[in-house]
Amino acid sequence: MSSKNPTDGPARGPDQEPRQGFSRRTFIEGVGIGAGAVGAIGTAQPARADTHEPVGPDPVAITLNINGKSHELKVEPRVTLIDALRNRLDLTGAKKVCDRATCGACTVMVDGDPVYSCTMLAIEAQGRRIETIEGISTEDSMHPVQAQFVEHDAQQCGFCTPGLVMAGKAIVDSNPQPTMADVESGLSGNICRCGTYVGVRKAVYDAARA
Amino acid sequence: MQNFEYIAPESAIAAAQALSPKAGLTAVLAGGTDLLSLMKERVETPTRVVSLRNIAALRGVSKQGGGLRIGAMATVQDLLDSKAAAGYASLLQAARGITAPQVRAMGTVAGDLLQRPRCWYYRNGYGLLAMHDGKALVPSGENRYHAILGNKGPAYFVSASSLAPALISLGAQVTVAGPEGERSMAVADLFQIPSSASERENTLEPNEIVTEITVPSASGWKTGTYEVRQRQLLDWPLVTASVALRMRGNRVSDARVVLGHVAPIPWRSSEAETALNGQAANESSGEAAGKAAVAAATPLSQNEAKVQLATIAVKRAVAMAG
Repeated sequence: MSSKNPTDGPARGPDQEPRQGFSRRTFIEGVGIGAGAVGAIGTAQPARADTHEPVGPDPVAITLNINGKSHELKVEPRVTLIDALRNRLDLTGAKKVCDRATCGACTVMVDGDPVYSCTMLAIEAQGRRIETIEGISTEDSMHPVQAQFVEHDAQQCGFCTPGLVMAGKAIVDSNPQPTMADVESGLSGNICRCGTYVGVRKAVYDAARA
Repeated sequence: MQNFEYIAPESAIAAAQALSPKAGLTAVLAGGTDLLSLMKERVETPTRVVSLRNIAALRGVSKQGGGLRIGAMATVQDLLDSKAAAGYASLLQAARGITAPQVRAMGTVAGDLLQRPRCWYYRNGYGLLAMHDGKALVPSGENRYHAILGNKGPAYFVSASSLAPALISLGAQVTVAGPEGERSMAVADLFQIPSSASERENTLEPNEIVTEITVPSASGWKTGTYEVRQRQLLDWPLVTASVALRMRGNRVSDARVVLGHVAPIPWRSSEAETALNGQAANESSGEAAGKAAVAAATPLSQNEAKVQLATIAVKRAVAMAG
């Protein structure tokens, strides 16, 4: 199996991000080569992910159920759910910030539970119900948690906001009368470096009662 | 992260057979909350990842005999939600210390036992023993979160598990599957202090997986866990203590005291247990047990404070149990 395994080379496709840091140059390289790689992915052998035989490291055909819609795509096994959402499906609401299961900006719901999409492989999200920030509102109406975020001015730079809204939704979905302590605990997997916690907590508390 | 091939077998034996007997070549994926971060940092660079997600037999938390069975794929949230776990106060207290709902929903109980140490030298690629140019980095380095017991070298990291102290104090067993079959052992025997760079902090073979954890009935035991924390939310504790006390009348007849995050393994303190046996479970016996637990502590250059924190953790765990 190791002979099939690509070593780290200079070329970077959409699945292979810079190991450390992030510069304008590596970003532009990634975009350029990524565009070329789309064609290459089209020629890869399709493989089913749930199988007794190993699949990959070449791209694997997978199906993801996101916001009630089925999406077919091909990803290397190492592609995380957040990268599949953002880089392949243009669902850029969930944010990739720490990429280490710590900050919560990438939070989406999987089978009704809040999860860190940076720390779930896309291939592992198959057969599960994925809900992203894009799926909780319509053009005309916000989700109650979103409406209360506006009401309480619960964001500043906004980078953590999609994750906090999803973590807040997870709280109100499971508990119609959360205490402030329940809210605090339910949001403990999300970090806001602007420090908007007071407004966020009030928003989630009120959204549950709205 | 380095690319890999992926397989998701439907039985534990098939999963073990898909793993390499050679360390580092393959990795087991359960909740992924630790493994994926290690792979992104290239501390782990498996060429094959074996997922346990399709193995139905590994799921669930249930009553078994008079005790509790926790499948290897049961999440921390599954444990907290389980009616079967209701009588295990110290275990639930420890599980509640894992606060982030995302980690509770993804991370497994078995994965909590097998998560790799949080030592920042290890996480930055210096290995479990944190060596550089033949020199151990921890004793003269940034060691405020490192071990105060079991730290005679070459290992100075602390066991990261939040749940192991409670499970060990409750007398839990763990079953593991290898390519040829299963074996069982005490949860305490899952852990070891590595004596060389070729050893890990757990005793699993590279091609073994945990299949379940079983906990005997806690009936007749008073149990408690206390964590000393820098942040109340989303962090590992600085020190944990879990105690289980069997009472005869109002005296302790059998004490088990296990500390977490103080040594490279969950640290069972026979000194603290001796201090409690025959005594009433109260503040003064708890304090005596706490002092006994750290009597042999050998703090490093920056972590003297953890000695006092460990004393307090034991005292308060006794109070929680009583």
